[in-house]
Amino acid sequence: MVDMRGIVTRFGSNLVHDGIDLAIAAGEIVALVGGSGSGKTTLLRHIIGLTRPAAGSVALFGEDLLAADGARRAALQRRFGVLFQQGALFSAFNVADNIAFPLRESRVANAAEIRDLVALKLAMVELEPEHALLMPAELSGGMVKRVALARALALEPELLLLDEPTAGLDPDRSAAFVQLIRTLQRRLGLTVVLVTHDVDTLAALATRVAVLGERRILSYASLQDTLAVEHPFIRRFFHGEHGRRALARANGEP
Amino acid sequence: MLSGSWTLRDLSTDAAVLRSRLAAVPPAAQWTLAAVERLDSFGAALLWHAWGQRWPQHLDIAAEHRQIIDELARAGARPLPRPRPFGVLDLIALLGGTLLLFLRHLTDFVRLLGTLVGDLYTVLRQPRSWPLLEISANLHKVGVKAMPVTALVGFLIGVVLSYLSALQLKAFGADIFIVNILGLGIIRELGPVLVSVLVAGRSGSAMTAQLGVMRVTEEVDALSAMGVSRSLRLVLPKVVALTLAMPLLVLWTSSVALFGGMVSAWLQLDLSFGFFLETLPRVVPIANVYIGLAKGAVFGLLIALVACHFGLRVAPNTESLSANTTASVVTAITLVILVDAVFAIATRSIGVPL
Ligand SMILES: Nc1ncnc2c1ncn2[C@@H]1O[C@H](COP(=O)(O)OP(=O)(O)OP(=O)(O)O)[C@@H](O)[C@H]1O
Ligand SMILES: [Mg+2]
Repeated sequence: MVDMRGIVTRFGSNLVHDGIDLAIAAGEIVALVGGSGSGKTTLLRHIIGLTRPAAGSVALFGEDLLAADGARRAALQRRFGVLFQQGALFSAFNVADNIAFPLRESRVANAAEIRDLVALKLAMVELEPEHALLMPAELSGGMVKRVALARALALEPELLLLDEPTAGLDPDRSAAFVQLIRTLQRRLGLTVVLVTHDVDTLAALATRVAVLGERRILSYASLQDTLAVEHPFIRRFFHGEHGRRALARANGEP
Repeated sequence: MLSGSWTLRDLSTDAAVLRSRLAAVPPAAQWTLAAVERLDSFGAALLWHAWGQRWPQHLDIAAEHRQIIDELARAGARPLPRPRPFGVLDLIALLGGTLLLFLRHLTDFVRLLGTLVGDLYTVLRQPRSWPLLEISANLHKVGVKAMPVTALVGFLIGVVLSYLSALQLKAFGADIFIVNILGLGIIRELGPVLVSVLVAGRSGSAMTAQLGVMRVTEEVDALSAMGVSRSLRLVLPKVVALTLAMPLLVLWTSSVALFGGMVSAWLQLDLSFGFFLETLPRVVPIANVYIGLAKGAVFGLLIALVACHFGLRVAPNTESLSANTTASVVTAITLVILVDAVFAIATRSIGVPL
């Protein structure tokens, strides 16, 4: 699905990535973890072709997005959905129009179908129909996240990229989010890349964990194998008090 | 009998054809969906609407797929509220709303002015709280950086004005009056108004947009939460800087415009620079320069106040940002021209040679 090789990113004198290799196979749920400012968001932006790394190559669905021409690129871009860290809802549209926007743009569904699909996506992220007419400025932080997720899901993407989807959600909603992603994954074989600091979500969802640190991928393995890696960051992240308790919960221990 | 992949991507090329073919199926038909491999919510929506939003009598479908369609059907059964259509009553409400909005603008503007006066009092009592850094940064932005464009426009206007007047004056043999016309016209009237229009478009819009974006990103709220007065830190520096910068810009632009006129007069009428400069102070009383400078200061104050007023009214969305920026520039220019008329009446007996 995604194949990144030798990614180097530099902002001025700030070297963010130095030779990152990451290959994500179809159907996987990859959790990308790393300290704040370690370049997770930047890596996601490379994947979806918003930015071009200083060196290295990114292949998405086996193609180089930035090399593809207009129509081809648009077709590729419809195959993934993105949830931005800040939501990035269109502030001039209400909630329903935000979710309907990608559907209208793709010109496949008709108006009645779009209405039902929007209602369905809203229900999926546990928003009420009454919320449909609210403007993004009138939403709470967690609601913004959920509407953005609904919008990311609108085009039935094969690949879902989520930047901190559960930050700002209450524990119940986080659990519901985990359930939703699982269901979609089972039905449609979705591939998911999620950036998260939440060990609960990670333990419940991730089939593989990529740890970003020291400008490269420190480890890329299943959760069990990641836990065995000896590295100060990984130790702190997973074996700190909070991480230990979350892992215990995920394993069904009291 | 349906089979294959019923997903948005696989259907995207011929959804319309499929939709009409599905609609043509008689309602009592036997539907066999057991061979469908993949079904996403778009496929579900397509089928559900083809069935007229109810389950067909004879249906053979995998449980998993039935659940997907069922979820869609249940979501669709709770319809989204629709925005109300626009009626006559709304028109009346709109009219009233516009009037109230105007009044609110007025009160907000007065309140802003009052806060500023309060701030001025504060900083006069505590000289250490002057936002000097911001003021000087704003002076640079609205003053120094505006010099090239105002000079260019001023020079061209001076040339054109001089050229056109020279054509007429030549016909009457009244060549030397070109100095009176240019001197009085540019120093007293054209310079200040020209600079105001340019500055309203250039700096006024920038101020509104900046404050507006700060509202959108909640920066203004963050300032308030820190106990920093937003009017002291954001509005006052802009107002002070523009009030100080405008007279200087007027002086600068008027000089360049006069120079342009001088060049044109020299080419057209053969009036030497020396003669022009010698005649100017004799025919244009110095009071005109003071009037021009005073106008500059007042216009600068107005532009900055209007810009900040609209900037702080921006609601956190892009639509409101663009509407307020437009309103800021239009209001500022209109107000400047209105006040210019007031100036013209108030100073009608000052500085005009008889
Ligand atoms: N447009 C930019 N210009 C300059 N530097 C940038 C830019 N975008 C990101 N950076 C820098 O790149 C680094 C990585 O940023 P990034 O947003 O990818 O971090 P992150 O891992 O997503 O962090 P967080 O978990 O806090 O969201 C940071 O040091 C940041 O300062
Ligand atoms: Mg980030």
